[in-house]
Amino acid sequence: MTPLATLTEALATGRVRVIDLTHTLDPDFPVIVLPAEFGQCARFRMDEVSAYDHRGPAWKWHNLSMSEHTGTHFDAPIHWVTGRDVAKGSTDAIDPAAFVGPVCVIDCAEGAAADEDFTLEPSHIDKWEAEHGPIPPGAWVLMRTDWSHRQGAAYLNLKDDGAHSPGPSPAAIRALLKRGITGFGTECVGTDAGQAAHFDPPYPAHALLHGAGKYGLQCLRNLDQLPPTGAVLICPPLKIKGGTGSPLRVLALVEDAQ
Amino acid sequence: MTQPLAPPPRKNPARRTPVPTLPPGTRSRAALGLSLAAAQGRFQLQTCTDCGAVQYPPRDACHRCLSTALAWQDQPRGAQLLAETTIHASPDPYFRERLPWRAGTVQLDAGPVALAHIHGDVLRGARTRMALMLDRAGQGVLVALPEKETPHMQDDPALRAMGTHPRHRRILIADARAPEAPALTRALLDAGAAHVFLGLSERWRPFPAQPTLAAMENVTLHPLDVTDAESITDLAGSIGGKVDILINNARHIRPGGVITGTIHDAGDALEKGALGLMRLAHAFGPALAARGADGVNSAAAWVTVLPAQALAHDPAFAASTAAGAATRALSLSLRAELRAGGIRVLHVHAGPVDDEWHQPLPPPKLAPKALARAIVQGLEQGLEEVHAGDVARDIAERFARNPALLAREMEGGA
Repeated sequence: MTPLATLTEALATGRVRVIDLTHTLDPDFPVIVLPAEFGQCARFRMDEVSAYDHRGPAWKWHNLSMSEHTGTHFDAPIHWVTGRDVAKGSTDAIDPAAFVGPVCVIDCAEGAAADEDFTLEPSHIDKWEAEHGPIPPGAWVLMRTDWSHRQGAAYLNLKDDGAHSPGPSPAAIRALLKRGITGFGTECVGTDAGQAAHFDPPYPAHALLHGAGKYGLQCLRNLDQLPPTGAVLICPPLKIKGGTGSPLRVLALVEDAQ
Repeated sequence: MTQPLAPPPRKNPARRTPVPTLPPGTRSRAALGLSLAAAQGRFQLQTCTDCGAVQYPPRDACHRCLSTALAWQDQPRGAQLLAETTIHASPDPYFRERLPWRAGTVQLDAGPVALAHIHGDVLRGARTRMALMLDRAGQGVLVALPEKETPHMQDDPALRAMGTHPRHRRILIADARAPEAPALTRALLDAGAAHVFLGLSERWRPFPAQPTLAAMENVTLHPLDVTDAESITDLAGSIGGKVDILINNARHIRPGGVITGTIHDAGDALEKGALGLMRLAHAFGPALAARGADGVNSAAAWVTVLPAQALAHDPAFAASTAAGAATRALSLSLRAELRAGGIRVLHVHAGPVDDEWHQPLPPPKLAPKALARAIVQGLEQGLEEVHAGDVARDIAERFARNPALLAREMEGGA
């Protein structure tokens, strides 16, 4: 059997399952909040064009509006100033091979439960590799925090001094870049920690990853259904001309445990 | 003595909701001047600028000298009740449903003798204080009030029939995050509102006033974002049939000119102001218009809060004031649409509010509490146009005098 025939048979028999890592696009889903004097991320909105009524008797449809960075979304290198000159750095230009690949899941749920400002450090990566083997070049690395279980105000967790949510330290991002990853993803509203403005450099997951031409995924969920290693991630963003990112459906293929 | 209005019992769900009827609403162009004055709570009569005669009813020429140079001028409110009667039979559907009804003639201190509605506390032969008030058809009518305040005088059946008083009514404030929302909630309850529903957008963001508001009796917070049609439909499905007054105070104020401002802010200002009004009207308008005669707590009013510069423009807040102008235009059309249901549309023009978006501006600025008071007073008096704060009053006066001159002067800002 060809590799794809093997895959489709495994999908048919359930030996390979499809896991949805995506939040529903909902007008009430939180988006990142910037200082009020800056331009803001648009919330997801649906305007009904017709609903089997006088505006269109047999069909229902909506016009949508949102930001490239609303809901579960993809960050392209040109999203950040450090990646502005990356070749093929927009969502329409990225090699589609980057959108399918092996995925490593680093479980930080315990740490994030104990400390809402938890940071992923190189030591966590080293420990993960000691257990599961080296992170292969071209892999997607996802930081599991179970943060997606939070709802309402607890998700952004905004306080007077800003958001408090887990994310990677600058050293951790450098360590991942050394391993040649394709991209990095989180369950929080951004790839960076809530307090990452105070890191050096600020917002390392954006500044360092995108500067190196790598990609980001955020607002992921169901990472607790993925194995640490062995799954395949599928994350093609919309092909937006000059797009800095895109809402998308993120799927993972997981082999059944048997 | 006026009997205080008792809180209405729960509605009998088996009975048909009475269809709103209106008093006769046709007026000559000249007579509309009474309605314009009533809309602002002013007592104005037609005055001849040639011979000085004050006349009532309004006409196209002076009754004394036939001059057509007639102006609307504020007049003394005093009057003497000459004759009065209580009407017990009428062929007019509106008055038939509201009998008995008191009417009479008054000798105005301003000169003319006029036919007027008579408040129940005005005794035969007494001195009265005259008011021009909007009736349910939205037309200005003369009302003779007691010369001095009497207990519960706002509960007089004729005033209740004409007015939009918050007493015993259930009120939706669209934007709990607006700076005036907490003070407005308090002021409405103090005015006797039965319940205040507050729309809260983006519950995933901090809302410091939440504990204070949530702790208040007869106040509830509901998910509502005027830019999100689904949230409006959901709330209307839940409480649409018991919103008697809707206060649309959602607005997006940001500094910036046409060149220096952002399209993004302009879009948000239009989405939240103009289109937000339309979305709210789609969901809540039909029930409001159908409940204009629904007993003591009938639906009564729609309030649109506008920036004072909606009458002109403010280059320092170009998009926000343009959105205000668009919102005003839509709200004027809404006023015409809701008129048939007997629902009054009150515009409250707010001067620059003392908030974060006007922080570097010098006074005078409008305290959120003062804006709240202006909204409630407008409802209590049944007005259509309120200008809250010195800046708003100044802009309104200049707009009335010469809109083109105001536009020119606004180049230097409000």
